[in-house]
Amino acid sequence: MTSGSQSQQVVDVAEARPAGVDLSVDLGPVTLANPVLAASGCFASGREIDRFFDVDRLGAVIVKSLTLEPRGGLPTPRMAETPSGMLNAIGLQNPGLDRWLAEDLPWLLDAGVPTIVSIAGNTVDEFGALARALRRVRGPVAVEANISCPNVEDRDRVFACRQDTTGEAVRAVTDVLHLPVFAKLSPDVPDIVAIAEAARAAGATGVSLVNTLPGMAIDVERRRPRLAAVTGGLSGPAIRPVAVRAVHQVHRAMPLMPIIGMGGVRTVADVVELVLAGASAVAVGTATFVNPMATLDLVEGLPGWLAARGHTSVADLRGAVSS
Amino acid sequence: MSGAAYRVSAAAGRARGRDEGPVQETGEVMGSRRVGPYTLLDVVAPHVAVRVLPGQFVSVAVDGPETLLRRPFSVSGISGAPAGGGIEIVFETLGPGTVWLAGRDRHDAVDVVGPLGRPFTAPPEPAPCLLVGGGYGAAPLVLLGRTLRERGLRVDFLLGAATQSRLLGVMDAKRIAGTTTVTTEDGSAGRAGIVTDAMEDVLDANGSGAVYACGPMPMLAAVSEVAAGRGVPVQVAVEESMACGVGVCWSCVVPYRRDDGVANVRACLDGPVLDGARVDWPTLRTWWAGGAQSPELTP
Repeated sequence: MTSGSQSQQVVDVAEARPAGVDLSVDLGPVTLANPVLAASGCFASGREIDRFFDVDRLGAVIVKSLTLEPRGGLPTPRMAETPSGMLNAIGLQNPGLDRWLAEDLPWLLDAGVPTIVSIAGNTVDEFGALARALRRVRGPVAVEANISCPNVEDRDRVFACRQDTTGEAVRAVTDVLHLPVFAKLSPDVPDIVAIAEAARAAGATGVSLVNTLPGMAIDVERRRPRLAAVTGGLSGPAIRPVAVRAVHQVHRAMPLMPIIGMGGVRTVADVVELVLAGASAVAVGTATFVNPMATLDLVEGLPGWLAARGHTSVADLRGAVSS
Repeated sequence: MSGAAYRVSAAAGRARGRDEGPVQETGEVMGSRRVGPYTLLDVVAPHVAVRVLPGQFVSVAVDGPETLLRRPFSVSGISGAPAGGGIEIVFETLGPGTVWLAGRDRHDAVDVVGPLGRPFTAPPEPAPCLLVGGGYGAAPLVLLGRTLRERGLRVDFLLGAATQSRLLGVMDAKRIAGTTTVTTEDGSAGRAGIVTDAMEDVLDANGSGAVYACGPMPMLAAVSEVAAGRGVPVQVAVEESMACGVGVCWSCVVPYRRDDGVANVRACLDGPVLDGARVDWPTLRTWWAGGAQSPELTP
């Protein structure tokens, strides 16, 4: 109700981009300008963070998972902070694929940021229906199949907990889409390499590693779960070693397959750690909750970090951990 | 995509963002003092201070042991504005994050993002305004009261708390308001009871034509229902567990009746100020009771 004029001078800052550092990375047939991506479920429509900076500075945006029908999501509390991390149980609240295609995709394309569409089905058939709905859509550079969501035909266990359901869900998408498909896997499995191989065999271009880890926290005074949904997904720095391990294992088994790495990345060194483990690109989620500028800080900080160590290309560091 | 490019301030307070909307700014603590059981922190953050409107909030990075997320606080005052302006926030030290923040010394740096969310708006028709606060939820109401007074509107306050020491802003309210009514649950100050016990009388006595409220969610539910029952417009600043504060995590939703159905709207982006008559309080009460599943909602 009151308004003030800008009292302080602001000045443009030059984009710090040391010469001779190549940030471009390949995700299969797709080349991105840099390896820093917004992780699914952590960037809303894109407009929210564009209030702070031009989102086309990012390598790509992976949008919040879309379902066939609109979803209202779960009751609150949906979030609980835990040591160096947080639990969430949002319930895939989203406007549904059709409304997103009409209202949000055009904005992202106009913004000029490469867009990766995340889709989530309750059933194998729903994954197929989502893929068919995307067949004639122009603009997105890839699809991320969120198969770490509950499968209603398998007692709500996630598709990505078994090789056969992983393969069926991924195949339902790759059979009808010509876009590159990345299967987003759960780290909560005994053998993630076997799951990644099943996704690859079903036609996935690559995999996204890792989704949140299932977790739970209890309010000991009230003797109640801290989340309305009782359990939720753990994210943040607490899970970063899990992500590094999963990326490393899968990259060792399938060195040519593109991997989008994610899990607790906050600093430039964290980005490099996942690349050394074998990630082709790195998605950032919870860090954006902590700091809306987090992804931009990584894009701007990466060239200097690499140049200071004599590296000329981020892609050259992929999988370059010695062991 | 429109507007200025990514910018930084040339001044000491480093701010990043655009010419309008929220910024991330490195603020400087000017002082903190105890107000009863609460801590009031004065932080110089000129870009935030010049933009903030009553009801908006800031999120502040904290560095307690094992903490990760920012903490959201509604802005309770503006100091030294517009040039070299600071913001005031009031909070209770309830966990490691707020304990860390309460321990900041003069000239310490704190990382502030704001202003965030939608502010209170003036009543559609000029009318006497009743401002209802519960505990430290009264924080943004003094700022709002001053703004309404500048618009030539009559302002009355109704402030409640469990006990006298937990009341906030009573003296500030008395400076601004036509009347200030106080309730405490233990009767240690003002009328014994809760704010809604006194609300009908206060509305009648002052001919209030608009209600503004901030405080615990069950209080906002009760205040909204009293106001809506009398056809008085009511704006409430809601509170919900929040991870990001900027609209991307979808944690802080409130079920809200829009023209196309009930939707889970984001407190940080669509709120924190919402139309109290449109908040779906019956659904929220089932959530507070625990165990209830979400009804069919339009996202």
